[in-house]
Amino acid sequence: MSYEPKFTIDPYVPDYLKESVAAMNTAAARVSRRQFIKVTGFVGGGLVLGFTMGPGARRAEAQHDAHGAAAAKFTPNAYVQITPDGTVVLYAKNPDVGQGVKTSLPMIVAEELDADWSKVRVEQSVISMELYGPQFAGGSTAIPMNYDILRRAGAVARAMLVSAAAQSLDVPESELTTEPGYVVHARSGRRLGYGELTEQAATLPVPDAASVKLKDPKDFRLLGKRITGVDNVKVVTGQPMFGIDQRLPNMQYATYVKAPAIGARAVSANLDHVKSMPGVKDAFLMEAKGNAIEFNPAGDTMLSGVAIVADSTWAAFRAARELQVQWDESGASSDSWSGAVAEAQRLAGQAPQATLGETGNVDAAFADADKTVEGFYTYPFVSHADLEPQNCTAWCKDDGSVEIWAPTQTPQAAVDAVAALLDVPKDKVTLHQLRGGGGFGRRLANDSVVEVAAISKRIGAPVKAQWSREDDMHFDYYRPGGFHSFKGAIDASGKLAAFEDHFITFTRGGSMPISAATLSPQEFPANVLPNARIAQSAMPSKMPSGPWRAPGSNAIAFAVQSFLHECAVAANRDHLEFLLEIMGEPRWLAPGNPQALNTERAATVIKLAAEKAGWGRTMPRGRGLGLAFHFSHAGHFAEVAEVSVDDNRRLTVHKVTVAGDIGPIVNLSGAENQCQGSVIDGFSTAMGLEITFENGRVEQNNFDRYPILRMNKAPVVDVHFVESDYAPTGVGEPALPPAAPAICNAIYAATGHRVRTLPLTKEGFSV
Amino acid sequence: MQLNVNGRSHDLGDIDPSTPLLWVLRDTLGLVGTKYGCGVGQCSACTVHVNGAPVQSCQLPVQSVADQRITTIEGVAGEDGALHPVQQAWIDEDVAQCGYCQAGQIMSAVALLESNPKPTDRDIDSAMSRNICRCGTYNRIRNAIHVAAGQAPKTGSAS
Repeated sequence: MSYEPKFTIDPYVPDYLKESVAAMNTAAARVSRRQFIKVTGFVGGGLVLGFTMGPGARRAEAQHDAHGAAAAKFTPNAYVQITPDGTVVLYAKNPDVGQGVKTSLPMIVAEELDADWSKVRVEQSVISMELYGPQFAGGSTAIPMNYDILRRAGAVARAMLVSAAAQSLDVPESELTTEPGYVVHARSGRRLGYGELTEQAATLPVPDAASVKLKDPKDFRLLGKRITGVDNVKVVTGQPMFGIDQRLPNMQYATYVKAPAIGARAVSANLDHVKSMPGVKDAFLMEAKGNAIEFNPAGDTMLSGVAIVADSTWAAFRAARELQVQWDESGASSDSWSGAVAEAQRLAGQAPQATLGETGNVDAAFADADKTVEGFYTYPFVSHADLEPQNCTAWCKDDGSVEIWAPTQTPQAAVDAVAALLDVPKDKVTLHQLRGGGGFGRRLANDSVVEVAAISKRIGAPVKAQWSREDDMHFDYYRPGGFHSFKGAIDASGKLAAFEDHFITFTRGGSMPISAATLSPQEFPANVLPNARIAQSAMPSKMPSGPWRAPGSNAIAFAVQSFLHECAVAANRDHLEFLLEIMGEPRWLAPGNPQALNTERAATVIKLAAEKAGWGRTMPRGRGLGLAFHFSHAGHFAEVAEVSVDDNRRLTVHKVTVAGDIGPIVNLSGAENQCQGSVIDGFSTAMGLEITFENGRVEQNNFDRYPILRMNKAPVVDVHFVESDYAPTGVGEPALPPAAPAICNAIYAATGHRVRTLPLTKEGFSV
Repeated sequence: MQLNVNGRSHDLGDIDPSTPLLWVLRDTLGLVGTKYGCGVGQCSACTVHVNGAPVQSCQLPVQSVADQRITTIEGVAGEDGALHPVQQAWIDEDVAQCGYCQAGQIMSAVALLESNPKPTDRDIDSAMSRNICRCGTYNRIRNAIHVAAGQAPKTGSAS
């Protein structure tokens, strides 16, 4: 039985998410096997199925009771409720920060339920490990981790409705079928709406999810279609739903000012002056707790700073401008990016500090090489820059309970962090999941949650803490910069015979790289070549780092895929042919593991992208096509960029053609949107974005110095999916990594200039 | 001070007249559809209309727009709740990802179509490039404006 999902995740996904996936693999089946069969009572003459579990379940009962409380409701599990008027309420379990899971996950339930989508209402579920298993937004995992569970949740409900109809119509179940919203008895022409069946269905035993019959995918009515986002009406009419939109009676507004030098401690401040400013109610110093520069979603850590509490956001922000703080920088970062670049160049000239992995005989292959190619690649730290600056609302109540309203990507970890901070049991902490205005990995960390919980505890009132844009850019868990010193051996036949990567990264002083700054010893192409060596050197860092959309991959793909193009050029080979040759024979490197490269799927998307983009066309002077492939987050993606570059290195990216294989598509509209956005994000970041720091101080603090790409520079992104029969996987991340190298390879094709340093502005390019 | 928003007059009492319109809308009036993104006039998430023209509300002291006609995203649909063609196109084309910038995008697009009912791609780029979309939905924004202008067929996302 394939019911228990087995899903391993990308080597670059942080440990926290790996633990969540492990928890899912062991706990999901256990949770969903508790069949929610306890009859809790009569409501309005009908039966309501309740839950047999703990506090989370009671919260879920309250959640379900909020809808049609006076009528008989059918609630076969934590994902589905049907009321007698035929309304189907589906509960979306995971945070939505723009990746579209609030639409795509309920679509999976609706498909197997055979619900009429136009009568479905989707609601954000409560946060409960007991009811839902891990709930988070990260690692492009929502679809692969939940696909089977959600299909079965819908199928169980459908089976019970069919049984109820069989009893009502006194016909065998085998004579019944369903159409969206109805059970149909074709022989007699009778139809019963789902709403008419709720009372009867609620009396029936809940069938075993593991053995319930699922649809044949060829009969899918909903999956694979274009479905607009369930919150789009709210989006276009400006209804409240984001973290920043939260309002409560008597809510205070706070801002929390931290030190310019990361990790410095607030010693004193002109608090009396600040407290005398209009609208300001309080101002106070707060101590650092734990080591907040380490990325840890469940950590009850915070940086030292000064909280300002006021009667409006503006009053708090205005007061912060007049705040003067004496900072003790003795424990603060004094890191320098320019210093790191110089040190990396020095380290690249020395033997690596460690060999991470080696296959074949690399030295012999280089000795026999017809040509040796070398390249040193550099990429910077970058910020997540979610358009909604970090914020959170908290209310520490007199009875010791806590309510949190957060746009977090890791709500369960946020509860853990708040419970630890305030030293209260976890069941005293209720987190209301709000929509995030962008995530990209930033909201995996709950530093904004911890800060506001501490402030609310101190003032004993509900409070929203709002980060300014400057705070958001200055206090991020950045995508770490890095350096790759590559060597490639081309043999006499023009093949890539050996590959070596001396990766230069950052540590806190030991050998373990900082968060999101690791390199797998099996990183492509080391995993497909006969001779390859992955080695590492590192330098100490005191800068916060963490996962940023497609962690690891987002930077490694630029370096590796650009260098492989260098090798193709050196070998005087066509890049498409060269890349396919590196893939070699069709094979799945770890059969059955969706996180392992499948060279057949890789070759398919590479050929498809090339075909759709018109690879091999003769291009006019200054115009070129560039190709790149990257496999991450279980997604195989190839992209071809078409660019023009003028004599002043002014760059135009006309079009990027994407070919991806993530198995069957759940929501075609959402999947395509994610790919388009990923490519534009990849280009935007490669083009002009970098976070630099000197003496521990980040030098960018708003969009004037961190220029997110705008519409007039955005390429057309043309997306094609293979829709293979493999299990469906996620698409929030894997389309991003190939974008930068495809564009850089196209720049080479157009100009003969090899880009080895990002952002492109460093090499004189502009848009 | 009186503020006229979406056809309704609001008495702001003795509010500090230098408060940016953005924060008056959000914190004083509870009209939170207008978004804070940068506070320095870079991202246009805070775009509203003053007398029909798109402006960045984070840059406007509230005293400068007293007695002017202000429209926010909450006031774009008709009195009867009928969506504006731009809002409908945004739904039909499934433009949004996170959705945070889209109120500002829609305010810019509505103003564009009022002054230029049949914009070219270049017109759209010119009018819309003050607005940042961090999710990169630019392809769909451009297409949705053409759809709203009756210049392109719907792609046809079901709702």
